Amino acid sequence: MTTQELGHQSAPRVRFFNDPVIRGIIYQVVVAVVLVGFIFWIVGNTAANLAAQNKTTGFDFLWKTAGFDISFSLLPWSRGSYYWEAFLVGLINTLLVAFIGIICATILGFTLGIARLSSNFIISSLATIYIELIRNIPLLLQLFFWYFAVLKAMPAVRDSIALPFDSFINQRGIFVPKPLPDAQFGFVWIGLAVAVIAVVVLRQWAKKRLEATGQRFPVFLTSLAILIGVTGLVWLVSGANVGFEPPVLERFNFRGGLALPPEFVALAFGLTIYTASFIAETVRAGIQSVNRGQTEAAQSLGLKDNDRLRLVIVPQAMRVIIPPLTSQYLNLTKNSSLGAAIGYPELVNVFAGTSLNQTGRAIECIAITMVVYLSFSLITSAIMNWYNGRVRLVER
Amino acid sequence: MTDIGFVRSDLVDARPAPRRTTGALAWAQKNLFSTPLDAALTLLGILFLFWIVPPLYGFFFGNAVGPNGTVEQCRMENAGACWAYISSEMEFFIYGFYDIPEQWRPNIVFALGALLLVPLLVPKAPFKRTNAVLFLVVYPILSYFLLAGGVFGLREIPTEKWGGLLVTLIISVIGITLSLPLGIILALGRQSKMPIIKTVCVSFIELVRAVPLITILFMASIMLPLFMPQGTTIDKFLRAIVGVTLFTSAYMAEVIRGGLQAIPRGQYEAAEALGLSYWQRMSFIILPQAIKHVIPGIVNSFIALFKDTSLVYIVGMKDLLEAVKTKNDTALEWQSANTATTGYIFAAMVFWVFCFGMSRYSIYMENRLNTGYKR
Repeated sequence: MTTQELGHQSAPRVRFFNDPVIRGIIYQVVVAVVLVGFIFWIVGNTAANLAAQNKTTGFDFLWKTAGFDISFSLLPWSRGSYYWEAFLVGLINTLLVAFIGIICATILGFTLGIARLSSNFIISSLATIYIELIRNIPLLLQLFFWYFAVLKAMPAVRDSIALPFDSFINQRGIFVPKPLPDAQFGFVWIGLAVAVIAVVVLRQWAKKRLEATGQRFPVFLTSLAILIGVTGLVWLVSGANVGFEPPVLERFNFRGGLALPPEFVALAFGLTIYTASFIAETVRAGIQSVNRGQTEAAQSLGLKDNDRLRLVIVPQAMRVIIPPLTSQYLNLTKNSSLGAAIGYPELVNVFAGTSLNQTGRAIECIAITMVVYLSFSLITSAIMNWYNGRVRLVER
Repeated sequence: MTDIGFVRSDLVDARPAPRRTTGALAWAQKNLFSTPLDAALTLLGILFLFWIVPPLYGFFFGNAVGPNGTVEQCRMENAGACWAYISSEMEFFIYGFYDIPEQWRPNIVFALGALLLVPLLVPKAPFKRTNAVLFLVVYPILSYFLLAGGVFGLREIPTEKWGGLLVTLIISVIGITLSLPLGIILALGRQSKMPIIKTVCVSFIELVRAVPLITILFMASIMLPLFMPQGTTIDKFLRAIVGVTLFTSAYMAEVIRGGLQAIPRGQYEAAEALGLSYWQRMSFIILPQAIKHVIPGIVNSFIALFKDTSLVYIVGMKDLLEAVKTKNDTALEWQSANTATTGYIFAAMVFWVFCFGMSRYSIYMENRLNTGYKR
């Protein structure tokens, strides 16, 4: 019987080193052995080097007094503070500049991205020139420019340039009036919170009604009215007041007001300018990725211009824009480490720089710094995966 | 004949001729004044140009001090850019502390590089393979011996003395040539079915991409000496190149992975059905298609690498930006209100020309290799 013979035919004899499965195992074992050996070699070398330099290891240094000054800190900081406090100060400074940079860069970037697609020749050319100019120059160079060539070249304190709203700019940074909300101002915050909750409830109610009856409700205008109305009413009724304490020029420096050091201004400004050019390209790509047929289909469904954008174009463009946009946000956060080069006391400067040099705990300091950035990245990608899962195209 | 009421008996009036769609006026109508908002934006844009162009022109040309000017002219009231400073310090910006009588050596390296690179970039030039071998293998070795010296009676010049544009170009050329193959290997490893290799590649890529380059360079400068056996010293140059290359290769790997994922399964299966080995499948079937898909991404990584070379000051190298900054801070004989600004603008122009050139070349290549996928 031929079939039986075929069935009994044994598999063709293959030398064991030609069998893909066995080969795969051999390759992996080799890689693993080399890698583990390499790690052992490095650890051994490090231990020998540290022993030779009489250095100790461990994280106990975090509870020692730091004894250096930090020029800009949101937390109380003195020379007697501990190293872990220095770490916190650096971390918060990084987050602060990243937060402000992200907000400003998003606004500027979206504006530029839309401007570049404008049918107006002058507007689109201006946006193109900006984007192509800024994108192709290193960020560090831009930071040096803003810090050393622009802000450090500002006049001395006595000849400060006056800006509108009692603000001043000079070599030592920007000085703006400090808002001083009085005791009643707490009610205004409560009013705002109530208004926000009301808006959320209203939106859900309007959506339910739309789905049930097909009737539309002017959600946007009503929300705006609630937000402004409720907050404003509470403000008026409670008699809350915000005083402003303007900076006053004394003999050597300004007193009072809110001082933004030049390092912070240069870094926030530079990051905003630089990242905005990348965000603009992301936005442009996103808008262009929406097929023209979608616009035409929406028009033929009889949607108004507004609804067409809000319900058809923007959601599809956002699906393309958001993932690269978040990676730009992450880039901005990582790039804020360049603040170290112009003396802004962010994480790398304070912890991987000054603290490392003073304690000599290179491995610990660099590891902690890297873990911080790694966790930013992991948290962001977790959120991104969740978002991508939500907006993914559901195909057959 | 019955009277048919709905048939017209008179001719319809002729419609007016269509609007002109060509010519300057029609163009302005369409691109500048199509709606009231558009017209307002145009006016705003023109106002902005009037506000910004004259001062810029004055700074760069009108009031600027030419290359042959003196520092006194630069210090005058209302003086613009001080190009005299750039031209007098040009040597330092290009070669750093490289000994002046030996500067013919970097010059030969520059010339040879341009001579080999240009035919490599022009698609029609012949002898691509020979050219590539010359550029990627022979040229680096030759350049190293030429620049470092110590052989053939050339005076030895330690890498500490190298600087300026020379360093920027060396680091970026080596970084670019090494990070692409490394990125390809990492991307293939990430796609691999072998769990250990995949884990190693994924963790390397994700770790490197998560941290800023500055921390990797910190690591290269502070921790690399700790990792090596006692007594080994690693050249600063090598540290910088290792840091920049590893960093870029992780990004490169992600770009190439995008290309690999864009190749339909059928291509992999067809290549297997032909009986090709893994490396044959990859190098003849998959990678040529994958890389073609992601040329813009690859060139973007190159541009990022070129810009990132400005960070090597952390390991103590004097690249173009550091050379300019050093001169800005220390050249007291050139001190004036605009010296630093001019220096940074000069550096920005150099970086910009290289980066913009690369991006234009990538657009050109993209169009050339476009084999009809794009509609």
